[in-house]
Amino acid sequence: MSIELIIGILNVILISTTPLVFAGIGELVTEKSGVLNLGLEGLMLVGAVTGFITLVLTGNYFYSLFLSIISGVILSGIFAFLVLNLMTNQIATGLALTIFGIGLSAMLGKKFAGTPIDGLNPYYFIVISFLLVFFVAYFLSKTKTGLIVRAVGENHNSAYALGYNVFKTRYLTIIFGGVMSSLAGYYISICYAPMWQEGMTAGRGWIALALVVFATWKPWRLLVGAYIFGGVAIMQMNLQAIGVKLPGQFFNMMPYLATIIVLVFISSNKLRLKINAPSSLNIPFEKNQ
Amino acid sequence: MQSIVEFKNIFKSYPGVIANDDVSFDIKKQSIHAILGENGAGKSTLVKILYGHVKPDSGEILINSDLAIINSPSTAKNLGINMVFQHFSLFESLTVAENLILGMNENISLTKLKDKSKTICDKYGFNLNLNSPISSLSVGQRQSVEIVRSLLNNPKILIMDEPTSVLTPDEIRKLFKILKNLVNDGLTVIFISHKLEEIINLSDYVTIMRNGKVVSTISTQNEDSETLGYKMLGYKVSKAKQVSDINFSQEIFNIKNLSTHSKDPFTINLNKIDLNLKKGQIFGIAGVAGNGQKELMEILLNENDYEFSGDIIFKDLKINALSTFQRKSLSISYVTEERLGHSAIPEMSLSENIFLSMNHKSEFKKGDFINFEKINSYASDVIKNFNVDTPSYNVKAGKLSGGNLQKFIIGREIMSNPELLILSQPTWGIDAGSEAFIKKTIVELSQKGVSIIIISHDLDELLEVCHQISVLYEGSLSNPLNVEDINITKLGKYMGGLFD
Repeated sequence: MSIELIIGILNVILISTTPLVFAGIGELVTEKSGVLNLGLEGLMLVGAVTGFITLVLTGNYFYSLFLSIISGVILSGIFAFLVLNLMTNQIATGLALTIFGIGLSAMLGKKFAGTPIDGLNPYYFIVISFLLVFFVAYFLSKTKTGLIVRAVGENHNSAYALGYNVFKTRYLTIIFGGVMSSLAGYYISICYAPMWQEGMTAGRGWIALALVVFATWKPWRLLVGAYIFGGVAIMQMNLQAIGVKLPGQFFNMMPYLATIIVLVFISSNKLRLKINAPSSLNIPFEKNQ
Repeated sequence: MQSIVEFKNIFKSYPGVIANDDVSFDIKKQSIHAILGENGAGKSTLVKILYGHVKPDSGEILINSDLAIINSPSTAKNLGINMVFQHFSLFESLTVAENLILGMNENISLTKLKDKSKTICDKYGFNLNLNSPISSLSVGQRQSVEIVRSLLNNPKILIMDEPTSVLTPDEIRKLFKILKNLVNDGLTVIFISHKLEEIINLSDYVTIMRNGKVVSTISTQNEDSETLGYKMLGYKVSKAKQVSDINFSQEIFNIKNLSTHSKDPFTINLNKIDLNLKKGQIFGIAGVAGNGQKELMEILLNENDYEFSGDIIFKDLKINALSTFQRKSLSISYVTEERLGHSAIPEMSLSENIFLSMNHKSEFKKGDFINFEKINSYASDVIKNFNVDTPSYNVKAGKLSGGNLQKFIIGREIMSNPELLILSQPTWGIDAGSEAFIKKTIVELSQKGVSIIIISHDLDELLEVCHQISVLYEGSLSNPLNVEDINITKLGKYMGGLFD
């Protein structure tokens, strides 16, 4: 294998993995505060289509990025209102958000499918994704606000008893997670593809969710995990190119298969999951009357 | 002296219960003010109202003669009110330092925190390692963390909810000394307890509550535990007295050379434990929390296939490998330490909780279905025979007060006619009335020939009901002492590990 090929492969891995990092790191912060948001896939699609349509209509990258982010704020804000104030089931609400996002993005994007655009340079986002992981790792482990996020996720009753605002903390982490998912979607439709196609995130939201567990809620591990998954995804193309004789469906299946294998492997170590998982994850918080 | 807190006509009701009924009294500045009452008397609700954790239906609180509207814990903290909770509000997976920072009103750097907490620790004699995770600490140490965390905010008022229920006599003495020093330095302490001796030793004033109402607020100077106990309950409590001069002969339960070899840093390894239990005997296992009680109980229960060497023998049968339900079928019953979540499931009704523990008995099933008729009548019997205060067996276990739930759980186990009953912390954090009832029940049970093992941190309790006591220290069990030969000094030494 030549040096050029290796550099080429690394380049493709970098470009294709970045959305996993964005969505994963956002979900990690949300889960650290004790909320499970299964709506990543939906958020990503709506973020992708909003950015794409805005860009086609205005030709302005800034507007498109801005509106894409706003879509994430609105959708995750609705999710937060449902699960925090109305105390709906987080899993059901997250699934509904995904289904809603898939439908909404397909409807909005119908007329725009296949419209050509000039994509943005992905390297800005790649650099930002690395900085983001660094920032989140620093925020969670070194700052007091980060400590409060962890405390709320660890034991919301104690955090409330100490005088912290559980609702506010969780609203902010949910919206942060929502915005990160929108960015992941924006990156896919504006930098990676660049185009719009129905359901174009292709399950990356679910892989990002699995990554958070894979990383046992640690930002740096999430980065490593994302690149392993990204690598597997790219490897399938190269193996096909080299001429390995296996059905194409098998190669397409590989990233998802890897997700399942990793999750089974991780869940087998109960002690590690117990120590690292936020204890209040997926448990609704009810203020004392 | 001037009043720092004035409760004015506080009223708080929950569906079906009036928790606080027109509660009014004053708390003097720089005093230790105890609030005494039976379980469900409304003491916890009242201090939670003061701490902003619970909103009263009506009534006012004056702090330093000014009307204070306290609608959240953070407002309370800004007013200088801090609280040490009965079930600690610590974060298990975080370190001591992180827990301390979380409790502070101001932002502070780690080095500054170290200085500040060191000053407090040195001054009042706490011993904390800031880098340890909370999960590795004993209950006593956890309480120290909670107290130091409160003190870091320079509070004016410190509320302590049943602080001594988890401490050894030594730790209690230390805590009282600390509290008295704190009061000398200007603090006001509000102290909730149902232990009469403690209140007399520690507090200056006591407010006695019964059924949500204030009975009286008096100086503790002229009171003794008998007069105070009568005021609290409205009736006299008789102590369970164990008959000591019995010759036990028939061996029923043996532990032989039991050791564990775990590599998990969060557990204590048991070391060559031997224990002999005779028919009708009550055997107490004393010791400070975190010396292997949890591990020993786990092995006795066998819920998690805990690995160990040695033998456990029940009536000449080796039961090492038997599951919990198999052991229960041999008529061994268990009452675990955690009432909610282990002994009972809070979200399920009392009847359903009966079934969960009696699953091995075919009489509660109709084929694969649950025989609710049987279970409901069993539950009603438990409620009736063990004075459980609840409107019906359909009430969720989590709605019962600690004392009532404990009576229900112990009743549930006793009514299944065990030959061996193993109890862990049977009267932890419950009111005097229920405690006396449970102790009496245990003693009567042993007189009927049931053998009983009690694992407890509460020495008074063990001395009151047991025939023999051993002390567990860092995984080793001391030689058994007959209760009539025990004095507190000797037991204190044993609890510090000074035995062969």
